[in-house]
Amino acid sequence: MSAILPPSERLWWKQPIAGVEWAWIAIAFVWGMIMFGMMLYWHIYGKQNLSNEVYKTKPEMFAAKAEKFIAENTIRTEKGLNGEEIPVAKIPPGGDGYLIARLWNWHPILELEAGKEVKIHLSSMDYNHGFSLQPVNINIQVIPGYEHVVKMTPIKAGTYAIVCNEYCGIGHHAMLGRIYVK
Amino acid sequence: MATTYRTCPISGLQFENHAEKLMRWNAVAGVLWLLVGGITALLVILTRWPAIKLLPADQFYTILTAHGIDMLILWILFFEMAVLYFASSTLLRCRLATPKVAWLGFWLMVVGGIMTNVAIYQGSSSVMFTSYVPMQAAPHFYLGIILVAVGALLGTAVFFGTLVVARKDKTYTGSLPLVVFGALTAAIIATFTILAGAGILVPTFFWSVGLIKEIDAQLYRMVWWGLGHSSQQINVAAHVSIWYLIAAVVLGAKPLSEKVSRGAFLLYILFLQLASAHHLLSDPGMSAEWKVLNTSYFMYFAVMASMIHGFTVPGAVEAAQRRKGFTNGLFEWLRKAPWGNPVFSGMFISLVSFGFLGGISGVVLGTEQINMLMHNTFYVPGHFHTTVVTGTTLAFMAITYLLVPVLFRREMMFPKLCQIQPYLFGISMSILGLVMMGAGTLGVSRRHWDMAFSGAPFQYEWPGAAYLMMGLTGIFGVIAVIGGGLWIFLVVWSLLFGKKLDGGKVSDKPTPIPANPIAQAASHSGSNEHVNVPGTVVLAGLLFVCFVLYYFVNWKYLSEVWLLS
Ligand code: HEM
Ligand SMILES: [Cu+2]
Ligand SMILES: [Cu+2]
Repeated sequence: MSAILPPSERLWWKQPIAGVEWAWIAIAFVWGMIMFGMMLYWHIYGKQNLSNEVYKTKPEMFAAKAEKFIAENTIRTEKGLNGEEIPVAKIPPGGDGYLIARLWNWHPILELEAGKEVKIHLSSMDYNHGFSLQPVNINIQVIPGYEHVVKMTPIKAGTYAIVCNEYCGIGHHAMLGRIYVK
Repeated sequence: MATTYRTCPISGLQFENHAEKLMRWNAVAGVLWLLVGGITALLVILTRWPAIKLLPADQFYTILTAHGIDMLILWILFFEMAVLYFASSTLLRCRLATPKVAWLGFWLMVVGGIMTNVAIYQGSSSVMFTSYVPMQAAPHFYLGIILVAVGALLGTAVFFGTLVVARKDKTYTGSLPLVVFGALTAAIIATFTILAGAGILVPTFFWSVGLIKEIDAQLYRMVWWGLGHSSQQINVAAHVSIWYLIAAVVLGAKPLSEKVSRGAFLLYILFLQLASAHHLLSDPGMSAEWKVLNTSYFMYFAVMASMIHGFTVPGAVEAAQRRKGFTNGLFEWLRKAPWGNPVFSGMFISLVSFGFLGGISGVVLGTEQINMLMHNTFYVPGHFHTTVVTGTTLAFMAITYLLVPVLFRREMMFPKLCQIQPYLFGISMSILGLVMMGAGTLGVSRRHWDMAFSGAPFQYEWPGAAYLMMGLTGIFGVIAVIGGGLWIFLVVWSLLFGKKLDGGKVSDKPTPIPANPIAQAASHSGSNEHVNVPGTVVLAGLLFVCFVLYYFVNWKYLSEVWLLS
């Protein structure tokens, strides 16, 4: 009779289901299908999909490519608040840029152009890190051993921060990077 | 082993001696972990409150690791062991299978829990409860968790064994009661989950002692979430069972349809192991097809199951109340519900908060592309404090008000305080969840010591609203800690000093559940006169409207950020 006793109808599976319950089950089912459809729809028509282009890599390999990119594309250097010289590398529209995540900084500073697509290669030298672009609020996991190539098109000029939002040790809160959009 | 059976004079429940002791010890151990976890919660919240920022960074991360482990793993698992023994031995009125194994499991969990906590407080294992490699904790951090998992697996095995005993000794006839069926669901999922956990934690332990050279960081995350996510499904199955249990005990509610409720539990088993995917939506190593398949086709069946329970539990309450004559209008049944009884109020707040806040936010968070707006932000802990805290923890608190007199034979002290506790805790925790989600929507990170980024090469100013949300987080967090602390105080005080109650008749043979309870005749005719549940239909409609609106609002947000492909 109640939920803590065996069902009073021995053949409970033969009991009919009331109309409202059927209706609710149907709504829940259809809603699930709509949500399923939305994800597919967004893959086809949406403009914000996370790239699938990923390569297995090694920290040294990725660092070498990134350093080459920095050497070839640095347009100026900036002084950080701790007195360090940080290169600003400009990714040419349509081109490839590299962003290193490591304990505890994002390297280098990147410069992009509004409305122009670039490919940003992301990887970590050590632990997991979190690419959290603010105040846009795009969040992507960065994992050591994987090179993730993300195509991004900024929409508005400005100065953006990259917060690390995956816990990466004692300096985690100081791991702040920068992207300029001109 | 010789044993005795006691029939509780208040509830009519029958407790077998071994099972009773095990339930008590497990429940008490759980409460003690909740106490430790509650202290860590206070320290965490006072540090994340920007105006206070209590702890230095290293201590904050240590304490936060302890908070995750002590709450999510230890408090919840110990209490769940008690629930499993209750659902098997007590509800089926039979002896507990192999109590010695159950004790072994209990002590393994105790030793493991302490071992992991020692590792954490030694300071060398501030890796968070997810312990993503290649960040490394001390070996005994992993070993402790493994012992806890083995202990829990033994407890689960005893549960299965007890179901076999009940069937063999014929202590019930027909099918398992719904609540036991729900607990069975939880136990089956637990078995899978713990095996996935072993699959990742055992190699990680070997890695920490140097026997394995490397563990792939992405693979770790995938297998770890096979443990981490499915274990949340255990919690859901457990607290949904408790909702049904409380509705049955307090109001005599019977499920609207056994078939529907059981079917919904079955969907949990079939479709939840795979939902680990929704923790990896913003990860590089998985393809979009894999993400879509695992989060939609599979996950939405589990979502559907929760939506079904979200309808049938209040529906059962409404039907029971209407049978009692509260038939005026849409909501007289709800207005005249026993709101002064903390068992009921706790259960109902748990239901509403889990459905409206935890459920909706979870599905939105688990949508492949939308996840990018929230991944690893404060939104995530906001979401799960409305599932595992207002959902599971509050349901456990509510049932405890019932268990103290029945299982521990003590009267609850300070009944007025007992009455307000579920409101204090449930409402403040719900608001806490909401403002945490608010902060996350503005981008604020989880597991982050300093919103001012001291020591960083650049400056970044969060919007003022983010600081406002974090301040509110602090205020409601402190209230929630008070609400949780009040519960611990009430329970512990009542166990120590509450009026002793009569234990009831003891016999050395179990009294089986009568094959033909008197109530059956009544409910038989009762099921013919079908009771409509219009109030529940309205509530469910409201849930659905909120769900749809919030879901599409987030697509709108997403459409406004930088283009990504
Ligand atoms: C009693 C009041 C509680 C308060 C005020 C509270 C507060 C918090 C806060 C603010 C965080 C986020 C910290 C951060 O990411 O920086 C957090 C994390 C967490 N809480 Fe709670 N919590 C409470 C109770 C609970 C309970 C009862 C559970 C589980 C049953 C729980 C489980 C967790 C888990 C698993 C985390 C994630 C830890 C991590 O990120 O590694 N909390 N809590
Ligand atoms: Cu980092
Ligand atoms: Cu970090």
